[in-house]
Amino acid sequence: MSNYVINHLKELESEAIFVIREIAAQFENPVLLFSGGKDSILLTHLAKKAFYPAKIPFPLIHIDTGHNFPETIAFRDELVEKLGVKLIVGSVQEAIDKGRAKEETGADASRNSLQIVSLLDTLEEFKVDAAMGGARRDEEKARAKERFFSHRDEFGQWDPKNQRPELWNLFNGRKNYGEHFRVFPISNWTEMDVWEYIKLENIDLPSLYFSHQRDCVVRDGVILANSEFIKLKEGEEVVNMTIRYRTCGDMPITGAVESEADDLEKIIEEIATTRTTERGGRADDKRAETAMEDRKKQGYF
Amino acid sequence: MDYQDIELLRFTTAGSVDDGKSTLIGRLLYDSKSIFQDQLDAVEESSKSKGFDYVDLSLLTDGLKSEREQGITIDVAYRYFATPKRKFIIADTPGHIQYTRNMVTGASTANLAIILIDARKGMLEQTHRHAFIASLLRIPHAIVCVNKMDLVDYSEDVYNGIVSDFNAFSSKLGISDIQFIPISALNGDNVVNRSENMDWYQGSTLMYHLETVHISSDYNLVDCRFPIQSVIRPHTLENQDYRGFAGRIDGGVFKPGDKVKSLPSGFVSTIKTIELNGEQIAEAFAPMSVTMTLEDEIDNSRGDMIVRENNVPEIGQDLDVLVTWMSTKPIHARTKVVVKHTTNESVGMVKELKYKIDINTLHRIENVEKIEMNDIARLSIRTAKPMFYDSYKRNRQTGSIIIIDEQTNETIGAGMII
Repeated sequence: MSNYVINHLKELESEAIFVIREIAAQFENPVLLFSGGKDSILLTHLAKKAFYPAKIPFPLIHIDTGHNFPETIAFRDELVEKLGVKLIVGSVQEAIDKGRAKEETGADASRNSLQIVSLLDTLEEFKVDAAMGGARRDEEKARAKERFFSHRDEFGQWDPKNQRPELWNLFNGRKNYGEHFRVFPISNWTEMDVWEYIKLENIDLPSLYFSHQRDCVVRDGVILANSEFIKLKEGEEVVNMTIRYRTCGDMPITGAVESEADDLEKIIEEIATTRTTERGGRADDKRAETAMEDRKKQGYF
Repeated sequence: MDYQDIELLRFTTAGSVDDGKSTLIGRLLYDSKSIFQDQLDAVEESSKSKGFDYVDLSLLTDGLKSEREQGITIDVAYRYFATPKRKFIIADTPGHIQYTRNMVTGASTANLAIILIDARKGMLEQTHRHAFIASLLRIPHAIVCVNKMDLVDYSEDVYNGIVSDFNAFSSKLGISDIQFIPISALNGDNVVNRSENMDWYQGSTLMYHLETVHISSDYNLVDCRFPIQSVIRPHTLENQDYRGFAGRIDGGVFKPGDKVKSLPSGFVSTIKTIELNGEQIAEAFAPMSVTMTLEDEIDNSRGDMIVRENNVPEIGQDLDVLVTWMSTKPIHARTKVVVKHTTNESVGMVKELKYKIDINTLHRIENVEKIEMNDIARLSIRTAKPMFYDSYKRNRQTGSIIIIDEQTNETIGAGMII
């Protein structure tokens, strides 16, 4: 066999860096959507590699729902400081206060879909023409059909029936006034690839991803962190559990898994034998069979 | 299992309506244990609610609401699975005639094509199209799966008949590596596990082929091509003079110390370093993303190409291309377009429509006035500035272009340089 072969992680890295560099070259005001989750941390790491020894040439945007894990915010601020990159925060609370978004009510209320308003407002305010995100195609069936360069009309909407064909590695980022793109450099990565790469590159993550003790509430089979954002329903009680997170969304909707995995090695082992998808714990996807498809069409990540 | 040292294989699946493509993909995912319990639960539930008495694995690949309503696939969907030997990316493309553009899209990045044939129906017009597109896009490997063998009593004669029909057609195409496998995706025969119903078949299973097909020579390792994506200039005190050329290698092997030539300027220099994130790279080859620095200060920018001094690509403004048309808007001669090639872009003019290809007979249709959606045609384009290109046959990256509508900015054509 020839020696001129790279393994799958290097190939995925190389593809993602190529895409990130295309974004920087083809757009005037690109940004990186930073959620504080492992995928956007990975994306930030890849962006750093893409432009080294120069700094990342675009800002990070974080849509703050006000329901974040405090660990996420602390981690974000430290990372931004370390990389010397600009951070823009779009606030859902602000959108609610201004009457741009309306808070859901009831015990299962979530600010997940309210993010769409803040996101679109922030993109407009900063005249963003390309917003890159850490979404992956293996996450959810609507995302399986997403392009690397995903064209959005002037209302930020996604039309799955009318996507630009994407051939070879030729990415067409040309657009008309007012339109923008969402770009997904790690489209082809799976959850396993992400973890393997994080281990390979020794990338720092928020402590949430590792096994820890936490007060939780089990609701409809989903383990939720007990917090000020959660209203206990009748019959529910707070239990102290040993858990970790596989994804990091808002506190009231992100499900944890019971786990003893306190390092990357153990996490990878756990994922290799796990029998549920990582979004299986996301209450936001369980609202309807097409929940993600519907939110994406409106302009969700 | 040493997960970190496995290769990535990208393959596309093309099938006609109802020939079991979704079931096959579902089977590969299921038998390779890539399906999670919550996905399986969802599929079991919807199989039950539809009144099926078996679990319909094809539901695993069902995507959008509008597709489920119509029972068809609208767009290319990407699926992922891994075995201890390889990681796989499937570009799952629909087979209807109106979706030729999706098939071409999926094929453009694939190392391998799976072509499905329904054993009861044999070669169909759509099979011709799938085989032709695989050859046109120069997918290096093809596997023809004769599916639904359970419905023809696992008959060797039926299988042999289809193999010889396919060979008769494909001999005109020039696909270098074709394998045939009789399967039943529904029952799992010869997909991941060997069939007990076809003793007469001595070959290996589909999964074995996917895991072992030799793909390391699928990239061009001879002709050095490095299109520049951007120039990295840190403007910091410790890196005041740093000027790195960022890009992805499209061909050949580059090493520090190599004498190189920059296009279009023609300036010659020597590679000082090849690096990524400050780590030095001894040899860089496709498809690696790297940053290259040169010994001399050369004013390169995006769209330029670094090559070896004694091995340069074609340089010119007249491109002779085979295109697949992807827009509902037809194209005529004398139309202005934008051409995107590697990291280079130029306005251009379609000069001449030479002929269309009838993909069933492979005959040429001469004297064409226009090229329409899903047509495959040969045309010539004159670009406003010189492009640096190879034939598609020689290099799939430096030999391909996309054609963009100047007004709408849509991608309207995919071209392979002859």
